[in-house]
Amino acid sequence: MNLGAFAPILAMLVLAAAFAVLSIVVSAFLAPHRPTRAKYSAYESGVEPGRLPQGERYPVKFYLTAMLFVVFDVEVIFLYPWAVVFRQLGVFGLVQMGIFVGLILIAYIYDWKRGGLEWD
Amino acid sequence: MPLMYPLVFAAFLFSAGVYGVLARRNAVMVLMSIELMLNAVNVNLVAFNAYLRDELVSGQVFALFVIAVAAAEVGIGLAIVLLIFRNRETVNIDEVDLLRW
Amino acid sequence: MHPLAQATTQPLPLPEVDWRAIAPELALAVAGVVLLLVVAFWPRAGRGVLAGLTLAGLAAAAALTVWNWDLERVAFEGAVSLDGITRYARAVLLAVGALATLMVAQGDSREGEPDDSPPEVFPLLLFALLGMVLLAAASDLLVVFIALEILSLSLYVMAGETRRLAAQEAAMKYFLLGAFSSAFLLYGIALCYGATGSTNLLEIADATGDPTADGTLLLAGVGLLAVGFLFKVSAVPFHMWTPDVYQGTPTPVAAFMAAATKVAGFAVFLRVFAGALGGLVVSWRPVIAGAAVLTMLVGAALAVVQTDLKRMLAYSSISHAGYLLVGVAAAATVPAGVSASMFYLLTYAFMVMGAFMVVQYVSRLGPPDDDAIGERSSLEDYRGLARRHPWAAGLLAVFMLALTGIPPLSGFWAKYYVFLAGIEAGLTWLVVVAVISSVISAFFYLRVLVVAYLQEPVGDPGAETAPGRTPALGVALGLAGLLTVAIGLAPEALIAAARSAERILG
Repeated sequence: MNLGAFAPILAMLVLAAAFAVLSIVVSAFLAPHRPTRAKYSAYESGVEPGRLPQGERYPVKFYLTAMLFVVFDVEVIFLYPWAVVFRQLGVFGLVQMGIFVGLILIAYIYDWKRGGLEWD
Repeated sequence: MPLMYPLVFAAFLFSAGVYGVLARRNAVMVLMSIELMLNAVNVNLVAFNAYLRDELVSGQVFALFVIAVAAAEVGIGLAIVLLIFRNRETVNIDEVDLLRW
Repeated sequence: MHPLAQATTQPLPLPEVDWRAIAPELALAVAGVVLLLVVAFWPRAGRGVLAGLTLAGLAAAAALTVWNWDLERVAFEGAVSLDGITRYARAVLLAVGALATLMVAQGDSREGEPDDSPPEVFPLLLFALLGMVLLAAASDLLVVFIALEILSLSLYVMAGETRRLAAQEAAMKYFLLGAFSSAFLLYGIALCYGATGSTNLLEIADATGDPTADGTLLLAGVGLLAVGFLFKVSAVPFHMWTPDVYQGTPTPVAAFMAAATKVAGFAVFLRVFAGALGGLVVSWRPVIAGAAVLTMLVGAALAVVQTDLKRMLAYSSISHAGYLLVGVAAAATVPAGVSASMFYLLTYAFMVMGAFMVVQYVSRLGPPDDDAIGERSSLEDYRGLARRHPWAAGLLAVFMLALTGIPPLSGFWAKYYVFLAGIEAGLTWLVVVAVISSVISAFFYLRVLVVAYLQEPVGDPGAETAPGRTPALGVALGLAGLLTVAIGLAPEALIAAARSAERILG
């Protein structure tokens, strides 16, 4: 095997690491150091940072949303194999997948109507 | 690759899961250990599928179903754990002891 | 050419969809989905409406079961088989489902009180039944797994349906141990697939007859399958969850679990072990027989020391699982084992439902219990029941005597046929153990009757509140009592129907 083919990748790695280290070192020396409260608070995409007092866990609603996501998301794994053989299965596959997705839709409507998607 | 490698790996994974279920107090960790066990099963199924050169790919199809059902199971499991946590402020299974084990 | 590209040029053989074969299952699924939508769009629908819709769905499924009664075939490329076990289990399960619907409809709130349990319990009941009926018909390990999960996931949620802490705790224990046992079952399925090259029970049956097959792998798989099934039917040493779960869950759900899960679990147990793995009977029979001995004796012995009726019924259900295991052990070589087990399931389902109905009725007497354990089911609450509520006490006596196996009630015939099958299979020693266990169990069943009939009520009888109107529970109690007595008086017709279940299509 010709290891020479990997030389550019190695060079890239070294360069990237050097750049990262250099930026940190240089900014530590050159940047003015004037801390304020706002600067030390966590950045949460412009949203007012939520306080998590000591030992506190995330609010339950995050878990609920995550749970719903997992349940609906994983159903996609049946769509991939179907997509691979979509043409051969033809109408038969389309009807079957329609039933499957329809049932998931009903579950979704149920969830929506019963307030599972409300944030507050 | 010999069939033995994935089988031994799956056996280790499954054993780790069993150990976790038996040794962990936190219900969420127990849940994760059960997931380990299910994933060990998936490794087995896919390995056998490849070894048998199964034209119906039963093993892989089975693994897909295991993944989907495992997700549903985690959903329900987390829901139950959350329910308990809201009422008792604990998810440690040995502190949930109104009924004798 | 890339292998995938090559594959896509071949036409795919499409499976034949045999709608008629799974018509009852489809009816249950449609009814469940309709109820889910009703709950979503009309959350304030009364329990009566929901129960009515549930019963309508069950009636449709029952009608389709009758329509399919003479159908004997393997459908969906061997994934589902219609045979005696399927139709017998369907009939029993739908009847149990109807009784459970009545119990759930009754709930445990009295007039003027807000209802504690959410309306979702009705669609969940239908989904659980769908899983059970499908499990009894499953002829492929993939379908076995999916059906088992449909019923388990529904039951986990049903177990925690009320706000009682005990119910939530029961739900968590049921869930954790249920998922744990599912993983064992799956590992067993994976090993069986690896050893035989198929998940289809018919093909596994063929492969197990082949001496060149990999014996070690298959035996390990069969062992893990046995662990998984023994967990689900709550046999010793995998029974730890049963007492806590039955005690903690709301009584209607506990009754449904005790009756219906056993029917479905043993139907699939028979199909897989006596049917597909019948060729390996020499290997698995000692294991099943050993589990049967432990289950019968431990269940009966621990039931003796219980002071809570629901907990006692849980141990009693464990010991009944032991008698059923005698039937399973016999079934591989003696066809009568299959019919005796199916008949046992029929009688047991109604006896145990009836016993739980009496528990539900008695828990309504006395002030509502606010403590965490929740429902009143301590033996203390039954003192002097005969004087206060003679009808309830009378029915309690019928169910307790039937569970003991006193002739002429149905429980006697159930045991009789199972023991007969056991002796025919050469398992006389097992039957001797079963008889000893029956004698032990007579003690705790009769003790309940002593408490109800011979002891004075505690406290001031005036403090007791009225049970309120219980039309649904009354009908259910009447039906369960009638069936228990009627099956006992004329078992021949039903055992004949069970005989038609002896031929397992795999």
